Amino acid sequence: MSSRFALKDHFRESRLINDRLIFAALFAGILFIVVMVRLAILQIVEYEHFSSLSNQNRVDIGPLPPQRGLIYDRNGVILAENIPTFSLELTPENVPDLEATLAELALMFSITEEEITEIKKRIKRQRGFRQFIFRQRLTEQEVAVFSVNRHQFPGVDVVGRLIRHYPQGALFSHAVGYVGRINERDLKRIDQQNYKGTQQIGKTGVERYYENLLHGQVGYQQVETNVQGRIVRELQNVPSVSGKDLFLHLDINLQRVATEALGDFNGAVVALEPQTGGVLAMVSKPDFDPNLFVSGISTKDYSVLRDSLDRPLFDRSLRGHYPPGSTLKPFVALAGLELGLVNEQTQSFCPGWFTLPGQEHRYRCWKSHGHGKVDLKKSLAQSCDVYFYDLAHALGIDPLHDFLDIFGFGHRTGVDIPSESKGLSPSSEWKRTKRNQAWYPGETVISGIGQGFNQTTPIQLAHATATLAMRGVDIKPKVARASRNNGANELQLIGTEKADALAMDSSQHWEAVIDSMVEVVHGKRGTARHIGKNLPFKMAGKTGTAQVFGIKQDEKYDAETLAKKLHDHALFIAFAPADNPEIVIAVVVENGGSGSRAAAPIARKIVDQYFGITADE
Amino acid sequence: MNNMLRDRANPQRWSITQTLRKIHLDAVLLLGLLTLLSAGLIILYSAGDQSSALMVRQVTRMAAAFLGLLVLANIHPDRMRDASYWIYGAGLILLIAVLAFGHEGKGAQRWLDLGFFRFQPSELMKLAVPLLVATYLAERPLAPSVPRLIIGLMMVILPSLLIAKQPDLGTSLLIASSGLIVIFLSGISWRIIIGFIITCTAALPVLWYKMHDYQRQRVLTFLNPESDPLGSGYHIIQSKIAIGSGGLFGRGWLEGTQSHLAFLPERSTDFIFSVIAEEFGLLGVGLILFLYLLIAGRGLYIASQAQTSFARLLAGSISMTFLVYVFVNVGMVTGLLPVVGVPLPLVSYGGTSMVTLLAGFGILMSIHTHRRMMSP
Repeated sequence: MSSRFALKDHFRESRLINDRLIFAALFAGILFIVVMVRLAILQIVEYEHFSSLSNQNRVDIGPLPPQRGLIYDRNGVILAENIPTFSLELTPENVPDLEATLAELALMFSITEEEITEIKKRIKRQRGFRQFIFRQRLTEQEVAVFSVNRHQFPGVDVVGRLIRHYPQGALFSHAVGYVGRINERDLKRIDQQNYKGTQQIGKTGVERYYENLLHGQVGYQQVETNVQGRIVRELQNVPSVSGKDLFLHLDINLQRVATEALGDFNGAVVALEPQTGGVLAMVSKPDFDPNLFVSGISTKDYSVLRDSLDRPLFDRSLRGHYPPGSTLKPFVALAGLELGLVNEQTQSFCPGWFTLPGQEHRYRCWKSHGHGKVDLKKSLAQSCDVYFYDLAHALGIDPLHDFLDIFGFGHRTGVDIPSESKGLSPSSEWKRTKRNQAWYPGETVISGIGQGFNQTTPIQLAHATATLAMRGVDIKPKVARASRNNGANELQLIGTEKADALAMDSSQHWEAVIDSMVEVVHGKRGTARHIGKNLPFKMAGKTGTAQVFGIKQDEKYDAETLAKKLHDHALFIAFAPADNPEIVIAVVVENGGSGSRAAAPIARKIVDQYFGITADE
Repeated sequence: MNNMLRDRANPQRWSITQTLRKIHLDAVLLLGLLTLLSAGLIILYSAGDQSSALMVRQVTRMAAAFLGLLVLANIHPDRMRDASYWIYGAGLILLIAVLAFGHEGKGAQRWLDLGFFRFQPSELMKLAVPLLVATYLAERPLAPSVPRLIIGLMMVILPSLLIAKQPDLGTSLLIASSGLIVIFLSGISWRIIIGFIITCTAALPVLWYKMHDYQRQRVLTFLNPESDPLGSGYHIIQSKIAIGSGGLFGRGWLEGTQSHLAFLPERSTDFIFSVIAEEFGLLGVGLILFLYLLIAGRGLYIASQAQTSFARLLAGSISMTFLVYVFVNVGMVTGLLPVVGVPLPLVSYGGTSMVTLLAGFGILMSIHTHRRMMSP
């Protein structure tokens, strides 16, 4: 019958369809009965229940925001806490005349016209029936003045809230970071349900990285309200779960010493505990007061911070790109030993310069009349450039790049703070793909002393030094040590992440380089010998002085500032004790001049503080 | 047929019906629709917080939609059949265009901005799909052979998937069901139908895997609304309170507290049924539902009286889809079905679906009034 040529049998077809239509009608009738039964259950059987819910005034559900976890340093000193404040809040839908109310409030709290316009814009943007914070941190006097006049302001209330406070001020501005008002961009990365009622969110540093831990879980309360929306009775309360407290590796004493030691210089200091990767100190100068950001920074304050030529908001410890200079030499030396190009006895002659075969250009040593005959130890201790020009040239850029790679140069360390930079460890492939240029041998030569394209961040330098100090054990730096559930006693450790130890052909290679770095601090002619006195153990170090090349920002200021901007960056890496390291330090002093003068003493001060050595000079 | 004979015998007595007939309108259907639309306006006045601007916009849309009904009623069903492939093809292209450069609203792309007005191609598909499937299946003797059945199914599935991708699950399901109803009416064997139902049940886990997060959230909330009282569960909790507190007789027009104190969300659109239940009680919603049944019943009657298989299939599908619409919406607001965002037909505030629905009734009227009299 389904043959192409079958004739249509109208009578049969209409009966077929009509049968189905009858079936469909029956089905519709059944659905009708199901729905009516459902409605009867809701409206007759459960009528009492629902009408009481609806009747004795309405049920409202309000979020109970969780309390944010606290942040402690390793000694239990509070770095971030929550303090109670009063804020003036209004629910726009409950304010009869918003314009007039805002105008009156502006008068009462002496708020400018522009700020009111801004506030109006923000009110418009927010969702319906939500509290709008008009002004935070009211003084007692302001609370009193408003309370007296409160009857004139329906829909406006003084509300007690906890807000974030950083008792240490600027000291941890970069490492711990700060919280701020939740903005549109934040809304995209969070579970919005969980942030109902929450006003602030971690914006930078630990506050941002551990946002999930610190924030906690929102609770809610089901309440009866009267017609004006005031709460009459609580029906149900699901309490919020406070965020976890966070215990950091950071040590406030080391942080303070490092900050003070940097003095008026810009720069960064990172100190690590090499056994765990724990970050003991992390300083970036200049710093700023994170408390300014908590309740919304004023435009004026913000433009001061943003427009400052010293860029205080920029975290140099994680994002500052500096040529490593001579601090790269221990790693180049290790590459030379490991790849069999030199041994401890191999000697080079330093006449004060180096030339590539067949070329005339002289690559100069910092010591213009030369170091004479140098071996590995001497060249590191006195930071002879010619030895490393020679070695780098022999190595070639790509083997050198590959070797530096395993120490993490050119890679993020993965520290638990967001927006770290990668730095740059050049290779011929990098230059070809990124710049579309060939690699020149002369560029290999200056790479050997950490100049040229090489860019490292202070955290990267500290991490590489820690790997060296640990004889090849690569541990990821961590700022946070443990977390604790609110109200609980026991800590939940945040594990350390250890990569496999780097296998060297001979463990003697590690010791040769580390011995040479001890010579830097303790040797007769070591470049940092002035910081090696009165130490109960051996300390290993390496100075670095990096030339400042072009200036990136558009400068238009007087010669004095310009001159300072062109001073060399001073660098120093160190660890102590050399045979069983407990602390690793990387110091960068922008435009500080020489590494041995400006940077090394800072490391010594940190070591003194860490081991409780009292300097008696 | 009896009616018709009487019509011809007593022209004076049936003058209104006759006049309407001349402009191809069906008096019974028209009366039902006008009653429902008027009831809808009364409810909307309350649900929309007595906003006259809202009323004016809704009445304007109704007028425009009626114009559409009138136009379609005067087009012969055979012309619609001739154009069905073209309409479907154009709709499909527009759907793809929407996915490519449509406008986003609430995380979904549904609109196509044509400069002078915005257009939702999925609305066109609500009519184009049953039209095409009815045309295609009626080309050959019924019930359809297996290959023709498969091709017919593809005609349904393709646009449904495109619309589900926008994503607009509610409309996608409605369009799929309008096409499936045609296939069901075409007389395929019960074995295939039961097999299909079993396959669909088995496919549920796959569907779950393919769903968007917000759609999954809706399903989860549907299964346990109390789990998320701050978020999507709020709608259902508040809707049930509104319905339940209406009782047998309701709180009275404009007296619903759930609706007027803004506890009930989307109360002039998707949740308008809860407003009826709160203010007019079980009796009120019973009457409204009965009215829906009457209108759909007249549609089914028109289908049974149609003269071609094509017209029967199309009329049957339009009438049944209309009911599916109602039951999905009512099921949703009473907590029987997940919240899929389907408005209550002809009552909810909103223009696009009103135009499509009345256009569908225009087709029904055209089918009924273009019949050829076989015998005097």
